[in-house]
Amino acid sequence: MTTAAASPADGLIVGEFRRFLALTWTLAVTDWKLRFYGSVLGYLWQLVRPFAFFGVIYVVFTEIIGLGADIPNYGVYILFALVLFTFFSEVTNGCVQSLLVRENLLRKVSFPRLAIPMSIVLAGLFNLAGTLLAVFVFAVSSGVYPSLGWLELPILVLLLAILSAGVGMLLSVLYVRYRDVQPIWEVLTQILFYASPILYVSSLVDECCQRPYVAQPIAAVLTEMRHAMVDSGAPDVATAIGGAWRLAIPIGITLLIFGLGLWLFNREAPRIAEHL
Amino acid sequence: MHAEPAVIVDDISKTFRLPHQQYHTLKERVLHPGRARTYEEFHALRNVSMAIEEGEFFGIVGRNGSGKSTLLKCLAGIYRPDRGRVDVRGRLSPFIELGVGFNPELPARDNVVINAVMMGLSRAEARRRFDEVVAFAELEEFVDLKLKNYSSGMAVRLGFAVATRIDADVLLVDEVLAVGDASFQQKCFEVFRQMKADGKTILLVSHDMGLIEHFADRAMLIERGDVLATGDPHEIGLQYNQVNFGELVHDLPAYDGEGAHRAVEIAGCWIEVGGERVTDLPHGEQLEILTELRFHQAIVDPVFALTLRNDAGHTVFATSTQWMDSATGRFEAGEVATMRVGVAAWFAASRYRATPSVARAGSGADTIDLREDAASFILHSTRSTGGVLDVPHTLEIDRAGVSAQ
Repeated sequence: MTTAAASPADGLIVGEFRRFLALTWTLAVTDWKLRFYGSVLGYLWQLVRPFAFFGVIYVVFTEIIGLGADIPNYGVYILFALVLFTFFSEVTNGCVQSLLVRENLLRKVSFPRLAIPMSIVLAGLFNLAGTLLAVFVFAVSSGVYPSLGWLELPILVLLLAILSAGVGMLLSVLYVRYRDVQPIWEVLTQILFYASPILYVSSLVDECCQRPYVAQPIAAVLTEMRHAMVDSGAPDVATAIGGAWRLAIPIGITLLIFGLGLWLFNREAPRIAEHL
Repeated sequence: MHAEPAVIVDDISKTFRLPHQQYHTLKERVLHPGRARTYEEFHALRNVSMAIEEGEFFGIVGRNGSGKSTLLKCLAGIYRPDRGRVDVRGRLSPFIELGVGFNPELPARDNVVINAVMMGLSRAEARRRFDEVVAFAELEEFVDLKLKNYSSGMAVRLGFAVATRIDADVLLVDEVLAVGDASFQQKCFEVFRQMKADGKTILLVSHDMGLIEHFADRAMLIERGDVLATGDPHEIGLQYNQVNFGELVHDLPAYDGEGAHRAVEIAGCWIEVGGERVTDLPHGEQLEILTELRFHQAIVDPVFALTLRNDAGHTVFATSTQWMDSATGRFEAGEVATMRVGVAAWFAASRYRATPSVARAGSGADTIDLREDAASFILHSTRSTGGVLDVPHTLEIDRAGVSAQ
């Protein structure tokens, strides 16, 4: 990046920061509104998807396959894990085409480009908050009561959001150049779904692979979530990975992806309008 | 007077790479690693520099593909120049390609707020401006209608309203008058005047030289990415016309190779004012349309005619020897003659094309040679009346005295 050609389309300079925040917020709010436009039950539909999916999974796994009899509050765990993973998957897949979809904005107005993927992360957080309210109700009615551990949830969500934002920035900017990013990422999301403790719990993973398994950031977040939110008897993530200092691995991966995404995005940002 | 310029463009260049084949998927990349790298370079801008003072109305003219829109996009920060520096002081409001970028699924209200925030207003400020924007666009009844249900004219009005109502210091406008009805155009003019009076800086890109001459303090002509000239709008207008239509007034190429076989050949056609060839002239000027004729066979009483059409294709003027004195005489083979049509340019501002013709004696239907649009000229006027002609006339208001009852 040469400094000689500094123009308003360059990444984020300090004076632009407020504009960036206001824009991210505005785009996220309108995204959120758009989702419920013209549907009477709006918010309820938002809940139907995870809950219906959860219902199917729960019946299949516990009643038919007979899994999870020895896992306390298995249902509540699945629901929490599912909702958190859905957040990740929605945000990252939403980011893929985000720049292309907003082509008419990008070609006509100069604004901090980063606001686009970030607004998708923010809109995803709105959704997550809405869904979590319903999940809390379900948890309490299933006998999982709020504890001090629940205070960890915001931190876990934050880590997941940072990861999603990092992946989202990478994907959005790569998609402008390579259209096959979309199918590739759809498949990878599927793989990640099964590679993360959603339908099962991480303590079921074989002893030998336990540590590398939990090094995967989503697995780490969900493992800690189980300990903090659902079953305090379950091992926390530090135990699962074999020592608190090893937590540096999943956190490091998360920050690395975020940094890489931010770097690539800002590198490409000034030229996005030309490549669309 | 010599404050910092509002906009500085310092020696910017912009090159686009046009790949010979667009590779959009990884598979194609992998299968043809070498092929993807061939591309042509297109120099959209070459070493462009300019400084625009605060409060100046600056016009940029050029033909299609001359680079004027690329320049505007570099100014707006949408494209990044390969070399050089762009400095804009204050907030910039772009109105490019007839819009500011709307989401068709959202109603006007949300779109206006998003756009205002994009251009740097706070959310509260954006909501406060909303009523003003909608009132200006005269779309009060349609604020809750989704943009996709707007007519293109309505969307343009809303876009222009947003771009001009956010109190920007610098307004960039690209071809705003290409669409929109007369009343909207009038409104645009009023906005320009008002902004000019308020000391705002305006950059207008257009190929409508009349508009630029009317509003701009200075103008710049670009052609194929190079700045040809910067200066007085009228001077720039003259040069622009030369770039645009200059080639049309030169001698005609041999007509489908058989010109020499005709009895009479139209060898050239051009416009003169006061004995000098011109490509443009002011309204009201006495002009002459000259047509050079070469006779290859002897002919008696040929009919010479000329028609003049405006940009819309309407014949605004026609003349023929048939209607005057049909006995034009005998012309010998090898003779060269010139038809001179003198007329006062009491036409409306437009581009005019002259079509000379020669026919055999009689009804004039037996055409020997006819050169469609053989010459053209631009007529400038300081006013646009909407009429095809703008002839000298009188206009008086006779008032009867107020009768006391």
